[in-house]
Amino acid sequence: MVAVGVLALQGDVREHAAALGDLGHEARWVRRPSDLLGLRGLIIPGGESTTMARLLVTSGLREPLGDAIATDLSVFGTCAGLIMLARHVLDGRSDQWSFGALDVTVRRNGYGRQVASFETTVRVAGIGDVPGVFIRAPRIVATGEGVDVLASHDHGDGPAPVLVRQGRHWGCSFHPELTDSRAIHAAFVASL
Amino acid sequence: MTAHDSSTVGSALVKRGLADMLRGGVIMDVVNPEQARVAEDAGAVAVMALERVPADIRRDGGVARMSDPQMIQEIQAAVTIPVMAKARIGHFAEAQILQALGVDYVDESEVLTPADEENHIDKWAFTVPFVCGATNLGEALRRIGEGACMIRSKGEAGTGNVVEAVRHLRTINAQMRRLASADEAELYALAKDLQAPLPLVREVAETGHLPVPLFCAGGLATPADASLVMQLGAEAVFVGSGIFKSEDPRRMAEAIVEATTHYRDADALAKVSTGLGAAMRGAEVASLEQRLAERGW
Repeated sequence: MVAVGVLALQGDVREHAAALGDLGHEARWVRRPSDLLGLRGLIIPGGESTTMARLLVTSGLREPLGDAIATDLSVFGTCAGLIMLARHVLDGRSDQWSFGALDVTVRRNGYGRQVASFETTVRVAGIGDVPGVFIRAPRIVATGEGVDVLASHDHGDGPAPVLVRQGRHWGCSFHPELTDSRAIHAAFVASL
Repeated sequence: MTAHDSSTVGSALVKRGLADMLRGGVIMDVVNPEQARVAEDAGAVAVMALERVPADIRRDGGVARMSDPQMIQEIQAAVTIPVMAKARIGHFAEAQILQALGVDYVDESEVLTPADEENHIDKWAFTVPFVCGATNLGEALRRIGEGACMIRSKGEAGTGNVVEAVRHLRTINAQMRRLASADEAELYALAKDLQAPLPLVREVAETGHLPVPLFCAGGLATPADASLVMQLGAEAVFVGSGIFKSEDPRRMAEAIVEATTHYRDADALAKVSTGLGAAMRGAEVASLEQRLAERGW
């Protein structure tokens, strides 16, 4: 069985670990560089991207994780995790950095503040309908050529991608881990 | 409420969900945009915008109310992380104003002077989520019954003394363990003793934890305090006066963020605790004229 982990610096780590557990994988909680050894897949959870970015640096993970992502580690980012993977980030801090693994541009809080956070149904290519929970969600406003859009959502102002894949890396604006659906986690794990 | 044809805003899932996203993080009290930026730079997951930190509210006396909307808006403009603000207990009009301002969480807080001595705010009526303080499990479940989406220990705000927060966390956890070991017939009497809604008592008995995240607040002043309460089962920490009443707020803020993430790693804790300068002076709880934790019921 392949080793899968969840970046466990901050955020809804437990829900992702539970989702992986439901799929028969004991998730490794990744807090230090040594936790990356032998890992095939890593989920970057929801949380605050500015907090995660800082803790990645202070924990010594930024470089080794960046190297792993660039070589053979597969990553799946949800919400803040998507921001950490996006090549371009709008409305972030001036010093906001990311791993740039997905050739997408995201706008932080692109669907509005918490009072605008919403639930909807998202149709995913090859999977079907899944619940979509969007919490201060980043909005994908542009995708590069190598990016497959697996799901889009029209929030009344035109469709925007909400689940994307580029090679072995995945990202989504919403939180499949907060629902009972395991379909997207299963697809990520199956791709490893 | 329907935002668009197929979307719903303000559901319990999206309101509790933001609390889930804050887990493992530090929420810092700030009184101006400069402090908010220091907090964000240090890795805070959210800031609590208020005019005076609890230590100053305690010192100044008088009626403590919701903060000036202009100050809240300046802080919203200064940072990208969630901004919370406090409403007085039972003061639903202050909460309505905070929702209209687009704050991300409302703290119905005992740190402010209560506006209603019988009723808390009906929090189900709001799109914005609420956090409320609790000193024991019954109080926590009553707040959840009213629609709170996050519970925090009350502790004793503005003291820099963690003893009350520890008492409240230990009490809530012990009472949850008692429920988890109870048989079905005992739950009715336990619900009566806790003065808590039976369905919520049953849910805790089945799951062993609150239906919403449990955070810690009230008197935290050092990285070691953060580690202590995280090891006692808190899922995130609020730090009020502890940061900006310390000698070197920037370093204290960074250190408490580190300590909250690596709360079981004593080597990391030793490192971040070193050379921080003085923590806030603090106060013995027994010497206080006003116990804020006694507000709310």
